[in-house]
Amino acid sequence: MEGDIVQMGAYIGAGLACMGMGGAAVGVGSIVGNYLSGALRNPSAAQSQTAMLFIGIAFSEAFGIFSFLVALLLMFAV
Amino acid sequence: MAAEAESETGLVFHPMEQFKIEPLFGEGPIHWYTITNQTLWMGIAVLVIFLLLVVGTSRRALVPSRIQSIGELAYGFVYKMVEDVAGKEGVKYFPYVMTLFMFIVVANFLGLIPTSFSTTSHIAVTVVMALMVFVGVTILGFVKHGIGFLKLFWVSSAPLALRPVLAIIEVISYFVRPVSHSIRLAGNIMAGHAVIEVFAAFAAILAIAPLSMLGIVAMYGMDMLVAFVQAYVFTILTCVYLKDALHPAH
Repeated sequence: MEGDIVQMGAYIGAGLACMGMGGAAVGVGSIVGNYLSGALRNPSAAQSQTAMLFIGIAFSEAFGIFSFLVALLLMFAV
Repeated sequence: MAAEAESETGLVFHPMEQFKIEPLFGEGPIHWYTITNQTLWMGIAVLVIFLLLVVGTSRRALVPSRIQSIGELAYGFVYKMVEDVAGKEGVKYFPYVMTLFMFIVVANFLGLIPTSFSTTSHIAVTVVMALMVFVGVTILGFVKHGIGFLKLFWVSSAPLALRPVLAIIEVISYFVRPVSHSIRLAGNIMAGHAVIEVFAAFAAILAIAPLSMLGIVAMYGMDMLVAFVQAYVFTILTCVYLKDALHPAH
């Protein structure tokens, strides 16, 4: 077994950081689900709100990407 | 057991190898003027945009050819987006938004060609675009409204006691904009390409090779979608920031 305890900590941390993706998945799912339920109630208004849908998805998704970035930093930079 | 099987089949994961920047000609250190694979693929992206928008539409046929209609579709798409989000005043800044959109979408799709290099997967590239938007929008806001631009941080629809707290949050979220703006694009593209590479490494094990090929195809399709959606999101966020600069009051 080579490596040291700092390396081990970094790998465990990288794994833990992946849990953030779950949060982003919940967020995106909630946004799209709510959009769909709203769109099915009033389909005529749905078309005008797709831009807002994508903005919401982008904001929510950014935090999942941040966790991915932290995992990358722990794997390769620390 | 599993570890032995892996060493026998020679399973190697190098998901980050594909993002390595290398000089095109010869070896050696990379200076700011060194021509790298990054430079090459950015140049190809610019060339493709030129061919699509300048050469493709040069005949100005009344009944557009295929290339011309792609160019017209892209133009109309971005124009409508700017008009819808940033309003009539924002149309003045349409050329910049169009430039951003075309560069990102073409660079993303060029990165999907096997053995090519995805330029937008590097934060160094995306952060420059995001910072240009951020600095440009901030200057525009101050030029248009002077000190009144700071009303952007003062949420007048909130209760008075809450406003200072909200102002701090608004200021922080304003300065996080270029960070999230750039990392969203680079991270999405990088993650997509790295996942394809991980699936490709699994193809070395015969038992799950068909599964891994299916995985590659599925992820490739997903990345096609992501390549377009991320360009769209980057552009629409630019429009949103532009709207904030043009109409700072809440």
